[in-house]
Amino acid sequence: MDTILAFVIGGLYAAGIYLILRRSIVKLIIGLALLGQAANLLIFTAAGLTRAQPPIVAEGSEVPINPSADPLPQALILTAIVISFGVLAFTTVLVKRVYQTVGTDDLDDMKATDR
Amino acid sequence: MNVLLILPMLIPLLTASLALLAWNHPRLQRGLSVFGAASLLGAAIALLTVVWSDGIQVTQGGNWPAPFGITIISDLFSAIMVGLTGIIGLSVVLYSLVSIDPARESFGFHPLIHVLLMGVCGAFLTGDIFNLYVWFEVLLIASFVLLALGGERAQMEGAIKYVTLNLLSSAIFLAAIGLLYGEAGTLNMADLAIRLGNSDRQGLTTALAMLFLVAFGIKAAIFPLFFWLPASYHTPPVVISTIFAALLTKVGVYSLIRVFTLMFTQDTALTHTLILVIAGFTMVTGVLGAIAQVEFRRLLSFLIVCEIGFLLMGLGIFTPLGLAGSVFFMIHAIISMSALFLLSGLTERICHTFNLKQMGGLYHSYPALAVLFLVPALGLAGLPPMAGFFAKVTLLQAAIEVESYTIVIVALVVSLLVLVAIARVWNEAFWKNPPDDIAGLVGRPGALQVSGARLIPLLLPVVTLASLTLIMGIAAEAILAIAMDAGEQLMNPSGYIQAVLGGQQ
Repeated sequence: MDTILAFVIGGLYAAGIYLILRRSIVKLIIGLALLGQAANLLIFTAAGLTRAQPPIVAEGSEVPINPSADPLPQALILTAIVISFGVLAFTTVLVKRVYQTVGTDDLDDMKATDR
Repeated sequence: MNVLLILPMLIPLLTASLALLAWNHPRLQRGLSVFGAASLLGAAIALLTVVWSDGIQVTQGGNWPAPFGITIISDLFSAIMVGLTGIIGLSVVLYSLVSIDPARESFGFHPLIHVLLMGVCGAFLTGDIFNLYVWFEVLLIASFVLLALGGERAQMEGAIKYVTLNLLSSAIFLAAIGLLYGEAGTLNMADLAIRLGNSDRQGLTTALAMLFLVAFGIKAAIFPLFFWLPASYHTPPVVISTIFAALLTKVGVYSLIRVFTLMFTQDTALTHTLILVIAGFTMVTGVLGAIAQVEFRRLLSFLIVCEIGFLLMGLGIFTPLGLAGSVFFMIHAIISMSALFLLSGLTERICHTFNLKQMGGLYHSYPALAVLFLVPALGLAGLPPMAGFFAKVTLLQAAIEVESYTIVIVALVVSLLVLVAIARVWNEAFWKNPPDDIAGLVGRPGALQVSGARLIPLLLPVVTLASLTLIMGIAAEAILAIAMDAGEQLMNPSGYIQAVLGGQQ
């Protein structure tokens, strides 16, 4: 399972970086979203995968019966998903405004502030 | 529960919420905004006093024992940074009373500024690495909106670059946190310091350190990751540029100093030498970029990059004196840079442009303004008696102590080049005769476009900040004493770790 997820994460990073390097700002935003998802999956995987082990604590004991998955990374991912959702909503509107104001979606035509 | 530690986040949050409720009442919003910023400064000074006299202050979120809850902690370095945030917050809010246009004000300028201040204070005070990520996002989203607010073409172009690079850095930061948690199983920075120190996989720790270096490096605008900064900082209105220039990159530098003094100190021969090399390149590229600019705020933006190099130099040297130099330089850089940015707004009001070629004659018509420029600007170049001189001397002394002569030479040459950049601004904007098309504007009464009592919020912040650089230079010994204490605390993280993990109620 770890190996499969490692390849998925690698694929997401590759796709994200490829899209960021494109000139179209729409693809840029999709690329950033993919990078965020790749990071989320990375947290999920790096913290260790334990499947189908409910965190049940026996009476009188202080530790779960079976080694169960750590809930903290999932809480982190949840936080990160909410944040990236908000940020993505903002960037989508920004892209629309940029397109309306500048009149192009080509990053190469947006060099005026670099000079 | 130590209320003083929470106040720097609570006050801006309350101010922003109340200002949102007063959406249709600009006058009330302004009042709230000034009151909130002044209270934040008060709380920040109180915190600094307590930390200075009683040592590191800690509080645990929800009274969960560390390392399980979120730790809010302030050592001297954090407290100094919060204090500076208070000073800049109040200056910017005052300046904005006159300078921000009604359209931007009616679209939530004041609430956004306070959300930004909350994010900045939160980042300085948190003791939890994931919480740091959350505060980064808070300040980023506020800065995104502030940068794009108004929707001018240049702003849009600047915003797309700023947003992209910052989101990329956040994604790297998040990935680094995930890997760090997988490796150490904790997010509390003090706990991480212990566990990473005991880890037997030093190679992995160093790789993680590099991820953090890139993530914070983008935010701090270090070489070669700084290109978003001069492409975006000059596009929004002056007040927004100022608060960005003063605080946002410094949050990145603060985070770098925090993680590379607390957590990643295993392989300093590699990591801190690399930081020192980057510091040198950052200084050189920053100042060379500045010399080539003809736009006032773009020139200042490149000088920010140059300053970042000096801030990192102390971290790269990695001795108590070096870090003290960084802290001292931080105080000086934030205050002089914001003074210069606010001043560029005054010159724009007079000449109707930021283009240095189209400015001129300001010394002849406004000698007081010229002095206001010269004090922080010469401080930036490192001339006595301004604070910048003593900050640079501290850094150079630290570098000589560890015999890093290359960085000493680089820093000295760069300082000279900063003087060249400053002299260019002086020649173009203040000394030469005004070009014909603005000759009628300069020196005309009411050239600042405001008069009477409305001049006070415009001039008071600039005068205060400029005189602060001078006062801090004269009182350099006191500032250096605080900076030395902060440097000692950073170099000996055992006090920090002890405060978080041991002996809590």
